[in-house]
Amino acid sequence: MGNNSDFETALRTLFTRVFGDTGSLEAFKRLSGGASQETWALSGGEQSVILRRAPGGTSMARSSAAIGLPAEAKLIQAAGAAGVPVPSVLHVLDERDGLGDGFLMSRILGETIARPILRDDAFSNARAQLAEQCGIALAAIHAIPTDGLPPELAVSDGLAQIAQYEEIYRGFEAPRPVFELTLQWLKSNLPESMPSVLVHGDFRLGNLMVDETGLAAVLDWELAHLGDRREDIAWVCVNSWRFGQSENRVGGFGQIETLLDAYNQKSGLSLTPRDIDWWEMLGSLKWGIMCMIMYEAFRSGADASVERAAIGRRVSETEIDLINLLEAAHA
Amino acid sequence: MHDQPSVAELVQAVKNFIDETAGPNLSGHAAFHARVASNALATVLRDLEQRPVAESEERKRLITLLGADDAATTEALNQMLSEQIQSGAMNTETAGLLAHLKATTMAQVEIDQPRYSGLKTAKS
Repeated sequence: MGNNSDFETALRTLFTRVFGDTGSLEAFKRLSGGASQETWALSGGEQSVILRRAPGGTSMARSSAAIGLPAEAKLIQAAGAAGVPVPSVLHVLDERDGLGDGFLMSRILGETIARPILRDDAFSNARAQLAEQCGIALAAIHAIPTDGLPPELAVSDGLAQIAQYEEIYRGFEAPRPVFELTLQWLKSNLPESMPSVLVHGDFRLGNLMVDETGLAAVLDWELAHLGDRREDIAWVCVNSWRFGQSENRVGGFGQIETLLDAYNQKSGLSLTPRDIDWWEMLGSLKWGIMCMIMYEAFRSGADASVERAAIGRRVSETEIDLINLLEAAHA
Repeated sequence: MHDQPSVAELVQAVKNFIDETAGPNLSGHAAFHARVASNALATVLRDLEQRPVAESEERKRLITLLGADDAATTEALNQMLSEQIQSGAMNTETAGLLAHLKATTMAQVEIDQPRYSGLKTAKS
């Protein structure tokens, strides 16, 4: 976009194009300051919607793994049709809109930030339901037929992810013996493979809209890929995503048995908590290397912020989690 | 050379300025970064205090574990250890390896994020 008033004009035109006479744009506000995607709340008349678009309108995926916004819109529609709680996609941006890549979706009310969801009284009922609801939602995601899905989806199983993250880690030339031991352990203890399914790729608090009754919507599908269902179940169990409530393995709010009971009932499988262990270790390793990537942005001079520098001192959090998991595996 | 104020005192003074003066006058993203900056300075203070002992203990363990020359730098020792693990010469069954990595990582998290839940788990 050229400047702010061009942007506002484009938003007004878009709003009228999609909603016709039922509403003209009255207010718009940037919600997230994320580097990956812009999220805007737009409202007017009876309409209250979310615009998700590429930063500055330019289509630049946050990583090579991200699928791009048009594909993300298609996935959200497929998930909705499969009974996964998601926002409704109302319009996918095209060239006429002049806003770059993105889409409009319904605005689901609730909370995404982990701290209030895990601590506030208002969410105590939600917390009691959430592990079961996550099990049901994940089973529904993993049951979506993969033949009609966007071709942008990468295929990435556990071995491929080890290779991908090991290459990034070695590129930094900053040896970390705990990561070395984890890489070797994961390679020596590969689980049997399972049939490939649609994997959300970032299923955890922060990307889940939660209201007083529990899971209201599964958001942020940009890291979706075809892979192993256990990756999704384990990612929400990674200790970094328990936000201090370590005793609750599922996201800091629930027990893995509760999630798996619901998941197995829906999917007809019989996964056990031990089936998730290997993938949780891989998840902690991946998050540790993602923290190294974010720190690298500081080290290379690309981003001088204190936040990018400080995140380098969070890598050790994943190292202690990996030590705890390696000890448990050898107990 | 003099040491008044010491490095730790100067860092503490800057942290006080962020916490009591600058931070409260900021909002939104800048306020967030002020909290991150304050936390980073708290890490600096812990690092100044704890690293010398933690690193010398790490070094002693590495020399024993690797049967290495005590002239090697800690960085070289860790490089050597990483290569031993990568080659498969050392693994989770190697006597003393997990215990060494645990002690080293706990000392690191005590500096980086002493309230991290995983540290409590490691201690229990």
